[in-house]
Amino acid sequence: MSEYSDKKNEEFSPVHTNKVGGSPYTGVIGWIDNRLPIFRIFKHEYLDFQVPKTLNYFWSFGGILMICLIFLIITGLALGMHYKPSADEAFDSVEKIMRDVNFGWLIRYAHMNLASFFFIAVYLHIFRSLYYGSYKEPRQLMWLLGITIFFLMIATAFLGYTLPWGQMSYWGATVITNLFSAIPIVGEGIVTWLWGDYSVGDAALNRFYVLHWLIAFLIVGIVVFHVIALHIVGSNNPSGIEPKDTRDTVSFSPFTTSKDLVGMLVFILIFVAVMMFAPNYLGHPDNYIPANPMVTPAHIVPEWYFLPFYAILRAIPDKLMGVIAMVSSIAILGLLPWLDFSKVRSSVFRPIWKQCVFLFVLDFFLLMYVGAMPAEGIYLVLGRIGTIYWFAFFIILAPLVSMYEKPLPMPQSINEYMDWKKKGKIKTFNFTG
Amino acid sequence: MKNILKTLIIALIFTSPLNSAENKTKLLEPNWTFDGFFGKFDRASLQRGYQVYKEVCASCHSMSYLSYRNLGEKGGPEFTKQEVKAIASQYEIQDGPNQEGEMFMRPARPSDKFVNPYPNANAARVANGGAYPPDMSVLVKARKGGADYVYSVLMGYTEDVPEGISLEEGVYYNKYMIGNKIRMPKPINDGSVEYTDGTQATEEQISKDVVAFLTWAAEPHLEERKKTGFKAVVYLLILTILGFIIKKKIWLRIEPKV
Repeated sequence: MSEYSDKKNEEFSPVHTNKVGGSPYTGVIGWIDNRLPIFRIFKHEYLDFQVPKTLNYFWSFGGILMICLIFLIITGLALGMHYKPSADEAFDSVEKIMRDVNFGWLIRYAHMNLASFFFIAVYLHIFRSLYYGSYKEPRQLMWLLGITIFFLMIATAFLGYTLPWGQMSYWGATVITNLFSAIPIVGEGIVTWLWGDYSVGDAALNRFYVLHWLIAFLIVGIVVFHVIALHIVGSNNPSGIEPKDTRDTVSFSPFTTSKDLVGMLVFILIFVAVMMFAPNYLGHPDNYIPANPMVTPAHIVPEWYFLPFYAILRAIPDKLMGVIAMVSSIAILGLLPWLDFSKVRSSVFRPIWKQCVFLFVLDFFLLMYVGAMPAEGIYLVLGRIGTIYWFAFFIILAPLVSMYEKPLPMPQSINEYMDWKKKGKIKTFNFTG
Repeated sequence: MKNILKTLIIALIFTSPLNSAENKTKLLEPNWTFDGFFGKFDRASLQRGYQVYKEVCASCHSMSYLSYRNLGEKGGPEFTKQEVKAIASQYEIQDGPNQEGEMFMRPARPSDKFVNPYPNANAARVANGGAYPPDMSVLVKARKGGADYVYSVLMGYTEDVPEGISLEEGVYYNKYMIGNKIRMPKPINDGSVEYTDGTQATEEQISKDVVAFLTWAAEPHLEERKKTGFKAVVYLLILTILGFIIKKKIWLRIEPKV
């Protein structure tokens, strides 16, 4: 035994703490890449990375969401330089941005509408996963990370909506923070703790601003995990069949990049048209009235993207149960990989599950409609039916359909899938462009 | 994808708060020059609108987010520099403290904010039978229906109150106001102001002018926004077509017959 080591001589093994080298590049890039392998990783993961040939435009939304997130952060940074998170000055500072700051109106309208378009894209992204079974083995962890991102998006969007300190900001914040008072015994204490005061006011606005920023960057962090996981498990595709050889795949660049570019441009085009010609269409006019604790608006409604969950909250007569239902209506998505245990991924080969998913989409829009209406009469009934289907979809339909559904005959490979599709043996939408 | 987008857009239209059934009476919809993709303000109308605000509205309604200089800025009423100076100097504002520590009054300058008619909100309430005349800087954006709504309310006063509606002292009936009751007496009649440019000062004309002015006040960059927006959309449309051609070309390498 050596004097300076706890290992016996025969236990020694060579080590390489110095891993410099191995770059396929030369020159300055090679010198850097030998020491920090970013160029190699980029080439490997974004240029040569193999993706299934069959990806349709639904697969553009990942990239689209990334663009939304980046632009939200850039515009948010610019807004943050002029915004004042104080109950007395918030509304004024937003008006100052809209009137006097150079291109302030453009930056604020972009930020506002991007938030809405971020949700449009994320809903389509989630629909894609539901329809093509992207949540199944081996992509469960990606799915869970995605749901985490969705929860964080909800939180940060809610906090962001309070910042202009208009009537809906103030009353929305009051209603939502008050939901915590439904927790037995400690509820009231928690609400006071959240507010930092005995009502929603200056203290609450200050922390909402800080948390709005914090959560935005937490999202970035989880998105990094989501993307790393994607590069380990690889993309799903409309056939739901794993690629076997290079006949089934294309390289990420230029094939996927050129296709994603088209998807992104169409999305940006629609976004810019809405932002420039109807910038306040997706918002609520009451938010241009400064917050006034003495006047309650006739209807307090959340932003459009929260309406389905708001409808679920109001469908339950008990406040605590309503809050639990609302939170679980999203959390339950996380159980889907285990509730739906069918070995077939894609709905293309699952005739019954396909119908269930379409009904689920309709249910989403039904609940969205109900959420915007007063909670009374027919709307309450519709809201309850919608809520029941929402949960039944996961708890009852997913396992039952997995058990009893007879999948359609499936091709052996992606190449064969494309062949069948060309011959009209497979009926599916055509988003391939 | 098109179908999905269509469904989504239709769902948005249905669920949009703008469409929730609260205001049952159909609003008046005059042809605004600032509507549509190429919308622009009519300068003369904005200038007349300012006159209406000054002579009719300003005695009760503040416009605290506007400065006199805004009246001369591009995309607005575009008064000349001299006119803006002259407009501002008609008002007195408190300034100070000076070197002796005294507050003093001086004529307003273009950089000053519009002078409030009341020293504070309570004074405004007392003077108006308990109702606070809302600030008009962003009024048009703060009402469902926007310019149409404000115009309709101005035009919606009527003498024949429907049966079953009882009006308290100092409350007026209005066809378009939410709840149909308003504490503001009919502000605009034929000839409420005297136009110097020969325009007939009818009730409709005055209402149209002042609502155009209020729309500009709420959205001073509207013209710039629509102009830039049109350019951006055209640019993106071309870029999208080019992008699509490039994509087609690249994908021909692996699907030559499609």
